[in-house]
Amino acid sequence: MATDIIIHDKKDNVGVVVIEKITPKQDCKCWIMENDSSASIQSIDEIPLGHKIAMVDLKEGDTILKYGHDIGKVVKAIKKGEHVHVHNVKTKKW
Amino acid sequence: MEIPKSFLGYKRENGRAGTRNHVIILPVDDISNACAEAVANNIKGTIALPHSYGRLQFGADLDLHFRTMIGTGSNPNVAAVIVIGIEPKWTKKIVDGIAKTGKPVEGFHIERTGDIGTVMKASKKAQEFSQWASEKQREECPMSDLWISVKCGESDTTSGLASNPTVGNLMEKLEPLGVHLCFGETSELTGAENVCAARGATKEASKKFMKTWNDYNDFILKEATNDLSESQPTAGNIAGGLTTIEEKAFGNFQKIGNLKFIDVLEPAEEPAKGPGLYFMDTSSAAAECITLQAAGGFNIHLFPTGQGNIVGNPIEPVVKLTANPLTAKSMSEHVDCDVSKILSREMNLSEAGDKLIETTLRVANGRLTCAEALGHKEFVMTKLYRSA
Repeated sequence: MATDIIIHDKKDNVGVVVIEKITPKQDCKCWIMENDSSASIQSIDEIPLGHKIAMVDLKEGDTILKYGHDIGKVVKAIKKGEHVHVHNVKTKKW
Repeated sequence: MEIPKSFLGYKRENGRAGTRNHVIILPVDDISNACAEAVANNIKGTIALPHSYGRLQFGADLDLHFRTMIGTGSNPNVAAVIVIGIEPKWTKKIVDGIAKTGKPVEGFHIERTGDIGTVMKASKKAQEFSQWASEKQREECPMSDLWISVKCGESDTTSGLASNPTVGNLMEKLEPLGVHLCFGETSELTGAENVCAARGATKEASKKFMKTWNDYNDFILKEATNDLSESQPTAGNIAGGLTTIEEKAFGNFQKIGNLKFIDVLEPAEEPAKGPGLYFMDTSSAAAECITLQAAGGFNIHLFPTGQGNIVGNPIEPVVKLTANPLTAKSMSEHVDCDVSKILSREMNLSEAGDKLIETTLRVANGRLTCAEALGHKEFVMTKLYRSA
């Protein structure tokens, strides 16, 4: 069954776009790999293949979870459905 | 899929087996490259491995140089070796190290002879080696003769989602057959270092890993002039959707599946604790990492890529896989195994792992990799610090 977004772990607050791109206001199908379950989300931004979408609203200082693990901190508030990348998330290392 | 029990390899004098049958012309130092390349040009069936170092190195850096030289010559993918250096002493040290494997090896030094005389003498020996090696035949070898190293490059989120887990799936299936396995990339485990340390098979292995990672991190903190965000993740990683080093690290880490590592190796160190998974302390730059793993004795390499890294190695065949459908399409001449159907859920991880095992065995049996066919032979020595 095809999917638009893959989420590694059920704890994750971001998903990865796995089609060429999703467009604004697209109703996307999501597949959560860990427990083989499904979800859905409406996008706000255009997001290309391999890039991340916020599955929930996130505020500055929140932790991004992917693979069920901490992969960085939010530096600018992100709405559910928005593109998550270097413009709003930074490493906690270095 | 039933996993084959054997492959066709070249049996070597020391009991190891190669997936290739190279005769190499190995320069000890940068200034001997010209001579080594002239010999390889004269004698068909040989390859020169030019590199940039080997003069005035000292301490741990010099030890690593010798370990890489001797390890490269000793690799079972190499049938015979000509060593050429400027001075007799270091040349002999490398010859003696390689000779322990029992394979044909001969050294030549340039001082008091010059390039032309050395090329003549070394070419005569190289011709003998090349013709001798050309009669070697592939024989049936158990799967446990495969020593598989892994490293990913130009990673993107498809690497962590699919191509790295495919390698992990292969590892889970091949480890019970007594295969040696090796992952590295100390820097690119940053963010996942504690999770990785917990995968040590013993407390000692975990402790050794944390010490290796801490030493590396201390070095970064000492040398870094900014937050490293220009270097890690790379521009290619960022274009592919990777945002932070932590995200890259957790993706990277998928390559070892659910395995535990039994020991931590120095760069270019040969494993000594039997079959299983090893971590080697390496740079995350592709050519440097593979050169070190090949010097550690690994005879076939698996390289998952997202955005499309094109690296190869002169003695260790590099099998490339990708799960990124755009890369599989636009850079198909670099892709040995396309697992992009995982993303569209037309292929599951186990099917992808089987496909990769099949590709790996075809290459082990002699099929040229994309990188070999395209002439990639990046041989890059790791240097720890400046020379004296």
